[in-house]
Amino acid sequence: MPAPDEAVLARRGEIVAAMRAIVAGEGVIDKADELRPYESDALTAYRQPPMVVVLPETTEQVAAILRWCHANRVKVVPRGAGTSLSGGALPLADGVLLGMARFNRILEVDYADRLAVVQPGVTNLAITRAVEDEGFYYAPDPSSQIACTIGGNVAENSGGVHCLKYGLTTNNVLGVEFVTIEGEVLRIGGRGLEPAGLDLLGVIVGSEGLLGVVTEVTVRLLPRPETARALLIGFPEVEGAGRCVADVIAAGIIPAGMEMMDKPAVHAAEAFVQVGYPLDVEALLIVELDGPAAECSHLLNEVEAIAKANGAVSVRVSTDDDERVAFWAGRKAAFPAAGRLAPDYLCMDGTIPRRRLPDVLTRMRGLSEQYDLGVINVFHAGDGNLHPLILYDANKPGELEQAEAFGADILRLCVEVGGVLTGEHGVGVEKRDLMPVMFTETDLAHQQRVKCAFDPELLLNPGKMFPVLHRCAELGSMHVHRGALPFPDLPRF
Amino acid sequence: MTDAIRPDSADALAAIVAEAARDGTQLRLRGGGSKDAVGAPTPAARIVDMRGFSGVVDYDPPELVLTVKAGTPLAEVQALVAEKGQMLAFDPFDHGAILGGAVGEATIGGIAAAGVAGPTRVSRGAARDHLLGFEGVSGRGERFVAGAKVVKNVTGYDVPKLITGSWGRLAAITELTLKVLPAPRLRLTLGVAGLDPAAAISAMARAMGSAAEVSAAAHLQDWNGTPLTATRLDGFPSSVEARAAILTRLVDGIAPLADEEAARLWPAIATAAPLPAGVPLWRIIAPAAQMPNVITATSGAWLLDWAGGLLWLASEDDPQPIRAAATQAGGHAMLVRADAAMRAVVPALHPQPKPLAALEERVRRAFDPAGVFETGRF
Repeated sequence: MPAPDEAVLARRGEIVAAMRAIVAGEGVIDKADELRPYESDALTAYRQPPMVVVLPETTEQVAAILRWCHANRVKVVPRGAGTSLSGGALPLADGVLLGMARFNRILEVDYADRLAVVQPGVTNLAITRAVEDEGFYYAPDPSSQIACTIGGNVAENSGGVHCLKYGLTTNNVLGVEFVTIEGEVLRIGGRGLEPAGLDLLGVIVGSEGLLGVVTEVTVRLLPRPETARALLIGFPEVEGAGRCVADVIAAGIIPAGMEMMDKPAVHAAEAFVQVGYPLDVEALLIVELDGPAAECSHLLNEVEAIAKANGAVSVRVSTDDDERVAFWAGRKAAFPAAGRLAPDYLCMDGTIPRRRLPDVLTRMRGLSEQYDLGVINVFHAGDGNLHPLILYDANKPGELEQAEAFGADILRLCVEVGGVLTGEHGVGVEKRDLMPVMFTETDLAHQQRVKCAFDPELLLNPGKMFPVLHRCAELGSMHVHRGALPFPDLPRF
Repeated sequence: MTDAIRPDSADALAAIVAEAARDGTQLRLRGGGSKDAVGAPTPAARIVDMRGFSGVVDYDPPELVLTVKAGTPLAEVQALVAEKGQMLAFDPFDHGAILGGAVGEATIGGIAAAGVAGPTRVSRGAARDHLLGFEGVSGRGERFVAGAKVVKNVTGYDVPKLITGSWGRLAAITELTLKVLPAPRLRLTLGVAGLDPAAAISAMARAMGSAAEVSAAAHLQDWNGTPLTATRLDGFPSSVEARAAILTRLVDGIAPLADEEAARLWPAIATAAPLPAGVPLWRIIAPAAQMPNVITATSGAWLLDWAGGLLWLASEDDPQPIRAAATQAGGHAMLVRADAAMRAVVPALHPQPKPLAALEERVRRAFDPAGVFETGRF
């Protein structure tokens, strides 16, 4: 790792004191053993204890912290619950880690306008818990929803298994209170359906903590569907499962969720939770339908017919909610099940046009042989979002590097067939260096200038998302292709 | 006004923009011209006719993705997806009728640039929620892409959202990729007559908050001589029937409208057709619960869409109190239609608070440092 900015490290005492002047007591953490829990997010392959952790409780404190850091040229990394799978909250050795966990209150629920105003440290699931008695819920449901915060969801534009029908975070947020690196508090969007002027909210959601710090979020609430039912469908070949997915959508049906697992994933999940998955199939589909009972039973029949027409060898239809939940239990256990097959795994997140699925899976098997590493596949089939889990052992020398190289090849393959590097986990540190696979230097420069409009000194979460950080002044010229400089103080692992 | 230039390739367009940036001249991007009468007149700006970029690039219905050149007529795009049983779920409409121009000229690029979304926006999202990616030429005269051609993507900043509704002030969109969705097999409209605005908004809120999955809800001050509150259910026939039963339990006196009347009603709502022409027309967006206050504070003819979250107001009132009422309600007011004299002095877009305006300005300069697209229209 390249050395961080020595001049900033030398001022550590002064920086900690400045933070203590803003946030009293236990809200500033600077002891080495207490910094340890913050050294990584859920992408644990990357670790770096921060210089100092600050846990503010008010927007005024956040503004004061950012104002001070801006004036003193100190970098800031925002963090929610630290569940990012792309290293979005990886600290910097010479940076302040701004933890938003204390912003944990639901400020207001408005059922007439179907919205909730919450602080960013509220967990995703807590929003639904707060409104479910009135028959409402918050739709995006990332797998980490019990722990991940809505502020982190906004930063990463988090998805979930239901986003084909109900959208990602960006489609379910109405407005934010937002603090700029200069310490200015702005309201972007609000309680109405659309903000005035440019859609700045559109770029703030999914900006991975590079544009500012969100201190309040207004989310849309939806009425809970009357019923939800699921089908568990086994196919003797992946192609049939792929055609079934396409035919369901071609029939005008948008399921609430449509998940696919390949044979190794089915076996791993069944060994882990024993929910009765068929073991003699090459691909397993879970199709969930929600809405009025009459609609569900009508569509269940249609989906079953489509599945059989595409060669399904087993079809089970949930008869009650316990059975529906059991269908999902295996899918939701796929990650811990992978953890039993190997000491470590890497979770990839590319999206492809669904029509390319059989081809992509075949080539992925080839890569698996080439790298001599196992891979199991779970897949948000409705929207083409792949989650290959690459199995490896970090204790074997060189195996992490091999797993990362395998993962990078998978993502290059996703882009090659017309897809993208990340469908819902974010670029972060993990996929930063692959950005040029998808975007030209000019494309990236257009994105980086958005960053410059918000944070010209590049103090907010530097080292994430962009492979080469251009100085804003250089990007300002008409022709930037000679302006690239390797990011000198960026940790490279 | 000088003659329009009509480039037929992105490279040619890039050269035109780069030259304008060097010369310090301004370019006004134009599709079919259906929204020419929005914003201040710009006699000095040179018009770039984007209709040279036309045609479908890729459309595979089960992928739910359509890639099309920006100058393709909206009507053509809608007919194409309808043929495959799909739709643009944000319900875009042609401004020609609102602004007294020809209907059928609007282009899909213009729809994206203006962020146009109709009645079902309340349930299915806006244009920004369905623009997955685009190619364009920024004010730097550089070609670039943003977003992607798949339905689920978080790679890089979501610049497609930023470009939607930016009214051609960041970049010229040459090609765009839209999410498309299956069109419903059945549409059923249920209406109730005689409600006042507050009662109508409350009824629409109850409907939207129920398991009836209402796709659109509107309230007209005057439809065939009486106030009408209308809700629409879209979907499979058995589902629509079940949800209609929910609505009839929820809202006293609500009953199905004849198909023929419903088919006239929703396009009329989208384009504010029942409101008098020849009067300034405002589009006010605010939380529905606050809208009765806006109605009380202003005078004129109006209708409510988006379950009360959108107020179309045809009013001779001074702009200042209209905008003040919108601000007071936590919303904003856009001047959609007015004569040229009024548009020359009253900004079409609701003025932003100063710090936000400064940030917007920096974002615009990031894409267009020389102000090539700053024609003074907005």
